Amino acid sequence: MLVIALDTSTPAVTAGLVTLEDGGPRSLAERVTVNPRAHGELLTPQLLEVLAEAGYQLGQVGAIVVGSGPGPFTGLRVGMVTAAALGHACATRVYPVCSLDAIAAQTPGDDPLLVATDARRKEVYWAAYGAHRPGGARARLTEPGVERPENVPGRLDGLGVRSAAGEMALRHREVFALDPVEPSYPTPAGLIAATAAELRAGAAPQPLVPLYLRRPDAGTPGPPKPVSAGTDIDRGRT
Amino acid sequence: MPEPGRIVLGIETSCDETGVGLVRLMPDGSVRLLADAVASSVDQHARFGGVVPEIASRAHLEAMAPTARRALEQAGLELSDVDAVAVTAGPGLAGALMVGVAAAKAYAGALGVPLYGVNHLAGHVAVDTLEHGRLPARCLAMLVSGGHTQLLSVAGIADTITQVGSTIDDAAGEAYDKVARLLELPYPGGPPIDSMAREGDAHAIAFPRGLTGPRDARHDFSFSGLKTAVARWVEQARREEREVPVADVCASFQEAVADVLTAKAVRAAGDLDVDTLVISGGVAANSRLAALAADRCAAAGLTLRVPRPRLCTDNGAMIAALGAHVLASGAEPSPPNIPADPGLPVETVVLR
Repeated sequence: MLVIALDTSTPAVTAGLVTLEDGGPRSLAERVTVNPRAHGELLTPQLLEVLAEAGYQLGQVGAIVVGSGPGPFTGLRVGMVTAAALGHACATRVYPVCSLDAIAAQTPGDDPLLVATDARRKEVYWAAYGAHRPGGARARLTEPGVERPENVPGRLDGLGVRSAAGEMALRHREVFALDPVEPSYPTPAGLIAATAAELRAGAAPQPLVPLYLRRPDAGTPGPPKPVSAGTDIDRGRT
Repeated sequence: MPEPGRIVLGIETSCDETGVGLVRLMPDGSVRLLADAVASSVDQHARFGGVVPEIASRAHLEAMAPTARRALEQAGLELSDVDAVAVTAGPGLAGALMVGVAAAKAYAGALGVPLYGVNHLAGHVAVDTLEHGRLPARCLAMLVSGGHTQLLSVAGIADTITQVGSTIDDAAGEAYDKVARLLELPYPGGPPIDSMAREGDAHAIAFPRGLTGPRDARHDFSFSGLKTAVARWVEQARREEREVPVADVCASFQEAVADVLTAKAVRAAGDLDVDTLVISGGVAANSRLAALAADRCAAAGLTLRVPRPRLCTDNGAMIAALGAHVLASGAEPSPPNIPADPGLPVETVVLR
């Protein structure tokens, strides 16, 4: 089965074409550009390059898998809407997958693991994982969350986590006190591995909804500010 | 036998409307509207008193593919019938634009058709060709909406547009929203003020006409001072414990807006020696603006063109119409790596 893999939940703009066989996912071609400001510019051009390099047409693709975050919102939406439009244009199913799950699926070994990516505003997106399951996905030990890095170790109490993947594993190595391991970003093969069970079963995809984990910044306005300068003082004086 | 012409899909996500339109470009260069599907997030913004960019962007993502499907259904077409994709590349809200641009690239890439990243403001002018046919060789366009208030000289809808004047502070629609909030009327402020104004006296209160002095910028607008003047007047009335005559305030405010807009537009048309004025954008639906523009254009011997209200507000049909004119002009498509440009100048009709 030929599957397109897209992810824009991190600074990496990722497009790949993966074949899912009995032995697991195998990447046929991929383009990854690390640039947090170029998701909208590069994602579709990269995907078209990938298809040309691998010698396939979009119509031959059996499914589309897209990282649904968590990730900084504007970039994240590029991948999601690209997948939605491609799914519409090619009449192909689109499977969202948690981007942290995709990173976890690509890590070696079965020891408990932290995955942490950049949530900006001095916070990280994170989740903890257990052993790989048949198909390649790791079992989640926690739900994906957003947290200040210094609070993450407390959340891992009793889980036996010793290593960490994701771009924040290296940056917060001291704070986490965990050995950093690859990958830093979701890979095409990891995205497919994390979805392999659903893809093989031909399951109906989950709704194409991003994992925002934060509410929009918006406050309801108070009453309009008075514009007549100093009116209260004037009234006090008269 | 298939119908002649080429089909252009237009995508608009610059503010709070997700719009997808379909237009047929006929062999003679005329354009026909086939579909105009819009999903609005305006209700989600109402309690914040203005468009919240992140809420708008989230709504665009949800609505994008469903709105495209709805447009195709309306037109009785398949995506495979589409010959070109046009998308608003700017100006607008960065995160909102990005959703439309990314979707347009995916549609164009999947269909193997050219992509045109086009200017939202030019789209507001181009939409009138769906209703009133070809534009004259030169005309003046006035765009009035919640985000824009501009006078544009249009010498070629696909390539030659220059700004004659614009607001130096608030857009006209923004002034409506702020005055509505002051008077405790709902958001967006245009419709409730327009309807209250019908029951009021437009000459009850002499609100200022911004930038109309002899030494002021001839073709620019300012609505911030007007908004403040209304606020002062209302505060004073409340302080003196007089009942605020809401209908008179609305009518007098609306008169000040319509007076300045139409007076400056008609004068600019004279300065540029053009015989046609196109008024578009959300505020073009305002009843007093439309009536005063009709009177003053008639008196000045100008042809006035105002698209129907549905086409004046943001929609995908305007972008499809502009895309069709660009396609007809033989312009090169935009490169596949175009960005969304929140500050796209009006002179740039198509992104290169």
